[in-house]
Amino acid sequence: MDRQKQRELLRLLEEDSRRSAEQIARLMGVSQAEVEEAIAALENEKVIVKYPALINWELVEDHPYVTAMIDVKVTPKRDVGFDEVADRICRFPEVQAVYLMSGASYDLSVVLEGKTMREVAAFVSQKLATMDSVVSTATHFILKRYKHDGIQFEDRDEDRRMVVTP
Amino acid sequence: MSQHTVLRNRLSQTVASLKPSGIRRFFDLAASMEGVISLGVGEPDFVTPWRVREACISSLERGYTAYTSNAGLLELRKEIHKYLEERFFVSYHPETEMLITVGASEAIDIALRAIIDPGDEVLVVEPCYVSYEPVIRLAGGEPVFLRTNAEQQFKLTPEELEAHISPRTKAIIFCYPNNPTGSTMTAEEWSKLLPVIEKHDLLVISDEIYAELTYGRMHDSIAALPGMKDRTILISGFSKAFAMTGWRLGYVCASPDLLAGMLKIHQYTMLCAPVMAQMAALEALRHGQADMERMVESYRQRRNFVVQGFQDIGLACHEPEGAFYAFPSIRSTGLEAAEFAERLLMEEKVAVVPGDVFGDCGKGHIRCSYATSLEQLQKALERMGRFVQKVSAK
Repeated sequence: MDRQKQRELLRLLEEDSRRSAEQIARLMGVSQAEVEEAIAALENEKVIVKYPALINWELVEDHPYVTAMIDVKVTPKRDVGFDEVADRICRFPEVQAVYLMSGASYDLSVVLEGKTMREVAAFVSQKLATMDSVVSTATHFILKRYKHDGIQFEDRDEDRRMVVTP
Repeated sequence: MSQHTVLRNRLSQTVASLKPSGIRRFFDLAASMEGVISLGVGEPDFVTPWRVREACISSLERGYTAYTSNAGLLELRKEIHKYLEERFFVSYHPETEMLITVGASEAIDIALRAIIDPGDEVLVVEPCYVSYEPVIRLAGGEPVFLRTNAEQQFKLTPEELEAHISPRTKAIIFCYPNNPTGSTMTAEEWSKLLPVIEKHDLLVISDEIYAELTYGRMHDSIAALPGMKDRTILISGFSKAFAMTGWRLGYVCASPDLLAGMLKIHQYTMLCAPVMAQMAALEALRHGQADMERMVESYRQRRNFVVQGFQDIGLACHEPEGAFYAFPSIRSTGLEAAEFAERLLMEEKVAVVPGDVFGDCGKGHIRCSYATSLEQLQKALERMGRFVQKVSAK
């Protein structure tokens, strides 16, 4: 499969990871075997990492949770730079994302999920702030999610076309 | 009785004799039913890209609410000039050879009115969009129909063209990529028509509204061929490429003498195209490329999906290389297109458009727009498969 087709395959999967190889093959106009082979190769190369579902937890009852974005200032270490401390932060399962940032007054941006604000605060004060290289933290709680991973939760663009037009 | 006569005479004979659009009846039928999956929609299923809508809103906020020049904002014409040159290798001067219209529909109207004298013949390549014939008649001309067929992928041949030319033939009008067949013409195929067009000194009205929607290769404009620019009236617009049907914005390009004629009609009947739509179009041309490419990729995928789907359920379908229509043959079912479409709607609640609405040679075909969601297409194909099996079994 050439690069252009491979990209197209990835876009299709990104849009809906549950598409069957058969459907993808039909959409792209290639054989099912070719799609299966390409997907296997991409999984092998870890280009395709996982096939998660995008869930709007705000609609799930009795599932209280809060998300915080935490700015973390750290002292980089010789040889390993920011990687070592980033890896330590990543290992906590409640940590959703960790990014190294440019142009900010902090270095790492950490996305954290917890059941309550208190739980998040406890994590920051007990685990994060106490790490050797962490100099300071600033915690921002997310109040509402409008768009996540390119998907808008409330899409107002309905189909308003007439049923038959020339 | 006398009242009836009076009422009838109130309309001109030309208008009274126009046939109502064949699509209208299906619209009325389908609109009255629930749970219908429509493959009858001749427009994109995308909403206009947000950046374009936002640019329009912002222009309103800044107070752009006045008339523009008759020909449209010069800024926009310059942008169209650049766009046509870069993408399709045709070059019409933004100041003397271009005019912004209220949809490509107005462009078709003023192009025909500008060139037709009473009794002039205009060749119409069928199957085609439903407005060419009535607009020619309204302008006082006589439409002469050229046929294309599935065996030749609905492409126009020089033989068919030559066979219908008379001393009264003034022009030819066609649309490639084609509504309803999805067929396209390559530069090589165009070049075979040139000797005939030149020999008989024909004007060409080329409706290129689907130019951006081609799959696998770029659209070839007939105006880009040597010697063709000055005899071609090129019509296009924003509806299909940028999902802007409701904005009603198109444009027409032609040599200065023809354009001056069209501008006269346009300035007296329309004055100018709406400024807010022109502001939106400016944004579409400047920054809408990525949005457009995303939509084109999606159409191409769905085209592959439905063409394969029709073949699977036993309807022969040539591979459309452009637009967003498939035009499968339903001859294998033994039904006429209108009957097929009507029964399919009543029995399986799928709306398609009978091919002969687009001209006589569309008989035995149905137009299916694949500008609808994949889930809907999948369901429609299942229902159609069931229907084809049922009618073929008899």
